[in-house]
Amino acid sequence: MIPIGDVNWFGGLVGGGLIGLSAMLLLLANGRIAGISGMAGGLFNGPSDPAFGMRALFLGGVVAGAGLLMTTSLGESVELMTGRGGLILAGLLVGAGTRLGGGCTSGHGVCGLARRSTRSFASTVTFMGVAMATVYVTRHML
Amino acid sequence: MTEAASRSVVALLAGLLFGAGLTVSGMVNPHRVIGFLDITGRWDPTLALVMGGALLVTFPTFPRVLRRSRPLFAARFELPTKVRVDGALLLGAALFGAGWGIGGFCPGPGIAALATGSVDVVLFVAAMLLGMFGMKLLGR
Repeated sequence: MIPIGDVNWFGGLVGGGLIGLSAMLLLLANGRIAGISGMAGGLFNGPSDPAFGMRALFLGGVVAGAGLLMTTSLGESVELMTGRGGLILAGLLVGAGTRLGGGCTSGHGVCGLARRSTRSFASTVTFMGVAMATVYVTRHML
Repeated sequence: MTEAASRSVVALLAGLLFGAGLTVSGMVNPHRVIGFLDITGRWDPTLALVMGGALLVTFPTFPRVLRRSRPLFAARFELPTKVRVDGALLLGAALFGAGWGIGGFCPGPGIAALATGSVDVVLFVAAMLLGMFGMKLLGR
């Protein structure tokens, strides 16, 4: 394990709480699931979709909120772990997979588990397991 | 303020909270994420704390919210309708997991990281959108 002092205890819990608060707020007020892959994919339906504005505002907010915090000492910087080829491959897999599987860490993980959804539990266990196996293969075997 | 205007304000506010949460927690940082997924290596439990922190809020509140007859500013809840664990769900999760393990980015952090203006992040997000669009064309 990494040194205990390097774990982002406060930021992790508070940041997670903010994510949870965001999801709870969106559900209570707008009746919508804060699933990022669904939000992004939904934009492909075009502006005629009644949820287009909501999705655009939410995702815009995500970028803005991140940008704001990155100007402070509270925000962590983005340290890439792979080159451009890897990022493109990763992007294609993440995009195709989240669309086919109907969600990602926010939709299935944060929201789906809270809904006590069997589908989300199955998805979360699967993507977590495969992600861990992928890291093992790519970083310890190859 | 009309309900539609209220929904817009909430959407923006929720997005801001989400983006802030991703950044403060380090989830925009692939190094932290890979550190968590690297269970046989120098393991970083931070992601578990983030998930835990998020579920601490959503797990107790979601059932209560969903018992309401309607949301605050919308006519009804828009929830997923599928119930069966099918092949598409599992294959999709596997593909997603593989991509996540390679790049250390999932959709939220990828989009949030656009705030850095990095070309590499733009490449990831563009590829992600392409992957989504490709699946859409396949009828998924």
